[in-house]
Amino acid sequence: MTDSTNDWRMEIYDCLREHDIEQVCHVPDAGHAALIRACEADNSMTVIGLTSEQDGVGVLTGAWLGGQRGVLLMQSSGVGNTINALAMPNACRIPFVTIVSMRGEWGEFVPWQIPMGQATPDVFNAMGVTVYRADNADEVAETVTAAIRLAFDGNQQVAVLLAQRLIGTKDFRAARRTL
Amino acid sequence: MTGTIDRKKFVTEILANRSEDLLVVSGLGSSTYDVADIEDNPRNFYLWGAMGQAVPVAIGLAVAQPDKRVLVITGDGEMLMGLGALSAAGNAPVRNLAVLVLDNGHYSETGGQPTHTSGSTDIGGVAAQCGFKVTRAISDMDSISEIKSALLDVDGPVMMVAKVALKTYGAIVEPQTRIGHYIAARFRMATTDRGEVALDH
Repeated sequence: MTDSTNDWRMEIYDCLREHDIEQVCHVPDAGHAALIRACEADNSMTVIGLTSEQDGVGVLTGAWLGGQRGVLLMQSSGVGNTINALAMPNACRIPFVTIVSMRGEWGEFVPWQIPMGQATPDVFNAMGVTVYRADNADEVAETVTAAIRLAFDGNQQVAVLLAQRLIGTKDFRAARRTL
Repeated sequence: MTGTIDRKKFVTEILANRSEDLLVVSGLGSSTYDVADIEDNPRNFYLWGAMGQAVPVAIGLAVAQPDKRVLVITGDGEMLMGLGALSAAGNAPVRNLAVLVLDNGHYSETGGQPTHTSGSTDIGGVAAQCGFKVTRAISDMDSISEIKSALLDVDGPVMMVAKVALKTYGAIVEPQTRIGHYIAARFRMATTDRGEVALDH
């Protein structure tokens, strides 16, 4: 995994390892694909596939109650699914870290992705989740590290938004050509 | 569908002579009241909200504590909101997970409206199709010792659906059971010998 386009993704993986993250749950997204593969290949991590992002809130709560640390990987479209469940880490002061690949913000070609993408920071703020954001590859690792520290050392809920510009916007014209 | 089992008696039997290796997660509403009222054990984690999250919490816990048994005690309404989690559980490494659904066929907290288990939905059937290894519906107390050993010992994930009588009661338990940060820190310390803030992780 030394492909330059994967570098910041592998830096996230290194951050997870360095901070003893043992559970990685996700509803998959193309923006997280390389990271998910790396975590699946790591015997020190249990990767849990979810059917809905809200269940990641419960899984990370259970992980912490049992003495492990976890992160939830999802796309911004899934953030709305987590809202009511976020009451739990909030009421219980349980560390919660999610890394969100953004849609609906930078040259998005699917109108359906835009409302939730645009609302993502507000939704997290409304539920008491601190929002960090990485727009450039060289700030991903430090942002994820800061989020993990704030969450696990300070018993906070933190989201890291990975900008759509960073991940790469799907090209509508290219997509149409392949249909 | 509503059954005849007395839910409090049933849960009391399941939790009698409880091992320190048993971790219990209760779903919001009557299940939390049952579990908390029987014994406010530090190895209980009570949900008072986040409907549908009892099984997800148990998945994370079961992965983190593979040598302990994790038992969810929840109602049919709470379980119906989290059916997708049964699919996640069926595909996660959680042989130590068991779920007891106290199925009265109704939302007893909100006025007794029927749930879909009073209609066409069979929660145990859903769990079986999601990969739960053992599932069974129970309509009386006769086989309680066998049910108890399935919930506490058999390789899982296991689901037992007890058809219980409709009984409405309020939050009769001690108020500290809804202070989430207290219950969570107490649970974590009892389970892992770690404090609330995990600086020494």
